[in-house]
Amino acid sequence: MDNNILSLVIDSFWKILKPGLMMTIPLTLLSFFFSLIIATFTALVQYRRIPVLQKIARFYIWVVRGTPLLVQLFVVFYGLPSLGILIDPFPAAVLVFSINEGAYSAETIRAAIESVPVGQLEAGECIGLSWMQTMRRIVLPQALRTAFPTLFNSLICMVKDTSLAANITVTEMFMQTQRIVARTYEPLVLYLEVGFIYLMFCTVLTKVQAYGEKKLNAKGFRKESV
Amino acid sequence: MILEARNIIKSFGDTQILKGLNLSVDKGDVVAILGRSGSGKTTLLRCLDFLEKADGGTLVFDGKEHELKTISKKEIREIRLKTGFVFQNYNLFSNMTALENVMEGLVTARKINKKDALDTALSMLEKVGMEKWKDHYPIQLSGGQQQRVAIARALATNPEVIYFDEPTSALDPELTGEVLEVMKRLAEDGMTMIVVTHEMGFARRVASRVVFMEEGVVVEEGDPETIFTSPKEKRTQEFISRISSVME
Repeated sequence: MDNNILSLVIDSFWKILKPGLMMTIPLTLLSFFFSLIIATFTALVQYRRIPVLQKIARFYIWVVRGTPLLVQLFVVFYGLPSLGILIDPFPAAVLVFSINEGAYSAETIRAAIESVPVGQLEAGECIGLSWMQTMRRIVLPQALRTAFPTLFNSLICMVKDTSLAANITVTEMFMQTQRIVARTYEPLVLYLEVGFIYLMFCTVLTKVQAYGEKKLNAKGFRKESV
Repeated sequence: MILEARNIIKSFGDTQILKGLNLSVDKGDVVAILGRSGSGKTTLLRCLDFLEKADGGTLVFDGKEHELKTISKKEIREIRLKTGFVFQNYNLFSNMTALENVMEGLVTARKINKKDALDTALSMLEKVGMEKWKDHYPIQLSGGQQQRVAIARALATNPEVIYFDEPTSALDPELTGEVLEVMKRLAEDGMTMIVVTHEMGFARRVASRVVFMEEGVVVEEGDPETIFTSPKEKRTQEFISRISSVME
């Protein structure tokens, strides 16, 4: 390892980190936020067994889970324009990641909702809460606690999956690295470097998860032994 | 009369649990519902508060008549805003402190402002002797303490009637005592209560009326002394004599 390589690593570090902070992280957070909304809605529709919507929810989950994320990105970004639907790279990526993750998290949240004892729901309705209020105030907060580790798992996966957005011309970390490699012909060092930055991002998230779980446990959520 | 149930019918699958049951409750009544397991006591209570949908029958509540089979969600909610329910296994909201549990029905369901709700909730917790534990989560409380908070929660909304579904069945004798004590005080305050129970002492000393159920109908009802000392029906006699022999 000579000095040139070392200075390449140092020089490129900020160049790679910058799109990480400006693109990868916003892309992940936005997509995850929307995916949670989609997932909660899809889970509730199934939990409540709303006739037509329930069928649509199952269909959505079936299609999204059964097709590759990369294919979904290509369909939206390269395919839809032939129907006259043109979406910019970044919003297209947010759209696809939200819809994709929404399908997986819907199952996570549905399982968590079903794990909340039915007595909690009954008690809510007996003190006069509507079904929606019972969900919002009692069932969902408890379900989200159960789903928290799994959802965080998905979030960590998503950080890494955003690298696929390079394929639809989103200039995120990985694409930026590819560009530097094309100029410098140092694939090993640079791809290791970008891998290391992903690892750092995920390490931070792992810490956040541990902190979040500790906070939630303090709020009376430790599992009862009943 | 606060509540009258007429000809309540309820089946689970092929098994008919309630077979045309009639019950009426006056304001201030403390009605103890007795009967062996499987007689339909709990199902009756759950039908009265719509936790189970009855297959047929009429409920007159607070002067308004409702067909149980066709009752709307809106009517159900109106009735529930005037009733309280205390469960066998407490069902305190596990994501809320004792105080938040008691406030929830006031703030979220009845849109009472937070300050008034807080005052009401604190005085209810005081009534059941739980004000010191107001910031504890359910998991940090004993069964008896949880049930007392659950009673405070039911009480806070100032209901016309409170249903108790075997409120002490999950508790050991010592904790049973503290819960029954709270219920006795409510009865003395004039609260209308319908209590499904196996606590014969409570039924005899606190109830104003005892209802004996078997196989989905009311077999006999009357004041506690009559039911316990000189029941008319044979099935009641058998039940009482078996219970007393166990108690002696």
